[in-house]
Amino acid sequence: MATITVPVKRKFNFKKSFLPYLYLLPAFIVLGVITFYPLIYQVIISFTDFQTKDLLLGLNSPKLNQIGFQNYIDIITGGLPVQNFDFFRVLTYNIWWALTNVMLHVPAGILIAVLLNVNGIWFKKIYRAIYVLPVVIPPIVVATIWRNIFDEQYGAMNQSLTFFSQLFGNVDPIKIRWLFEYQPPIPWLLPNGPLPLAYYAMMIANFWLGWPFMVLVATGALQSIPKELYEAASIDGASKGFQFWNITVPLIRPAMIPAAVYGFTLSFNLFNFVFFMTGGGPARSTEILVTFAYDLVRNLRLYGAAGAFSVIIFFVALTIFLITNRITKATESYTES
Amino acid sequence: MTTVTQEPKRKNFLVRFFTMDTSGSKGGSEKLPLWRQLGIQLICLMITIGVMFPIMYIITLSFSSKSTRPSSLELFPKEISLVAYQQVLDRPTANPVTFLELLKNSALLSILVGLAALLIAVSAAYAFSRFKFKLRQILMLMVFIPLLMPAVGLVTPLFLLMNSLQVKTCADGAMIIQPFTACDPGTAAKLLFNLRDSLIGVGIAMISTALPFAVWNLKGYLDTIPHELEEAAAIDGADPNQVFFRIVIPLAAPQMAVTFFLGFIGHWQEFVLPWLFLTQPGDYTLAMTLYNMTGQYANSIPWNRFAAMAIIVALPVAIVYILLQKQIVNGLTAGGVKG
Repeated sequence: MATITVPVKRKFNFKKSFLPYLYLLPAFIVLGVITFYPLIYQVIISFTDFQTKDLLLGLNSPKLNQIGFQNYIDIITGGLPVQNFDFFRVLTYNIWWALTNVMLHVPAGILIAVLLNVNGIWFKKIYRAIYVLPVVIPPIVVATIWRNIFDEQYGAMNQSLTFFSQLFGNVDPIKIRWLFEYQPPIPWLLPNGPLPLAYYAMMIANFWLGWPFMVLVATGALQSIPKELYEAASIDGASKGFQFWNITVPLIRPAMIPAAVYGFTLSFNLFNFVFFMTGGGPARSTEILVTFAYDLVRNLRLYGAAGAFSVIIFFVALTIFLITNRITKATESYTES
Repeated sequence: MTTVTQEPKRKNFLVRFFTMDTSGSKGGSEKLPLWRQLGIQLICLMITIGVMFPIMYIITLSFSSKSTRPSSLELFPKEISLVAYQQVLDRPTANPVTFLELLKNSALLSILVGLAALLIAVSAAYAFSRFKFKLRQILMLMVFIPLLMPAVGLVTPLFLLMNSLQVKTCADGAMIIQPFTACDPGTAAKLLFNLRDSLIGVGIAMISTALPFAVWNLKGYLDTIPHELEEAAAIDGADPNQVFFRIVIPLAAPQMAVTFFLGFIGHWQEFVLPWLFLTQPGDYTLAMTLYNMTGQYANSIPWNRFAAMAIIVALPVAIVYILLQKQIVNGLTAGGVKG
């Protein structure tokens, strides 16, 4: 960025070099007190056994013990006094959860965008207005609604299934325990972290929430593809499928990769949705890193361990950022070449 | 940096989505065969059913006067009864808190946090966008680091630090502020105010993530504004402060509105911090109330009331999205320098 070329005399140079810091001062004072200081404080308490008894005096508490890396070791080896907790299972599940979400949302978004982009479709504007609704409704509300839809007794999902099964002569009402059944329906899928029925219920709910954003992105990218490319391809006798894979897909890739990366990061840290749908249950099997960190502070009150866990989360987030950033950069150069 | 810059892009897609030319007049002269048209209509209709299913379900529930739980599936309201809405507005929870108090808490938090973050962020964004200085890279990285951290990752130290700031009255009547002053050891003290257990504390904690986001969002926008106007003003003798207040802020106003509303959408749903910090029902927010009405925590709450509450919580965000659209269209077209 170019500096403002203010025609000033030499004597103002000190003031000029001082000015940007003055503009930054308010933000950095505030950030210093409520962001950077807490971040450092978090690292300090992560090496202690900070608990409820230390709340009053904080780091000055005489009962506070410096325990070195014990919190980190406990987290990694499952030594925390917490039931059903295995760090690597949670991490695997968390990555799997984010990946499977994106792998469903992105292709669905592209397909529906392509469908809506066909010339001369009736009611196109109405469909567009309806399909954007899931983006508009706050995710916490969406999660609560789906939480009730998957209710075992009175939920709409079981009622719909009952309705359809009755068409086939089945009389008994269906009572699937969507959110509480622990037995994984497909045991061989992700052996490290068995996927309970609640995982599939959440996938359905989050799919409802997630695909319209991908349609928005894909539609924008589709509109920027020159129509001439398709015309030339049709003249050469290329089939629609060939055109899709060889024109559409490569040309919307630069827009879809960052969107997929964004979707992955969003799903990876999807606290509100998971907390409102299952709260991590049953038996912590749908817990992701952020919901477990929250549980450590709010319910278990192991503040030292929570600090250590948040430091670990930071490094996981950093790793994911570095990887995804590299993927995005790689695709950028791909389009330029 | 991708994860961050994606956010502002999102609304652009929303606008482009609605305003784009969908007539297909761009040289598409071939007519769609009827069988294909019908096939696509069938698929679109099925997707529409899928999208509308939960929405119609919750609307139908909210208009129902039955306080029992639904025994069969209804997707179209048989009656339009506002009983549930009335009950929610009268007495939203089992606690003695009125709906207006909950609304006031949610609205104050989301509006004031957004405004505070914006006002503090704009000058920093200007500095990052327009000045070249020694520590620029390092300071920008420092603003970026908190954005990497998921919001939950900062709650522990914020909780502990805010909790250590308490105002108390000692046994001898003196008022003290922890941790700066303390009562005589061994004497009892009465708690007057705990920053952690207050809306102010929650608001301050929310700013810690809202501020870096606002700085990045505004900086990204300022980078796209051409410098010609500022340079012209500088040649006319305006100093950098005048340029900032007279030119940059008016030019950035539309984006500041967008940043504010994007923040509002997030803050309105803020749950992590209030749920951890607040213990007094009088401080509760709408999001917390909605959580209390869901699932196993709400065995006694009729579903029609839950549905009404869900719609009430969703409405402001939905409305803001529609407003936001207009703001961005204006923001895009009302630039000072064209081309």
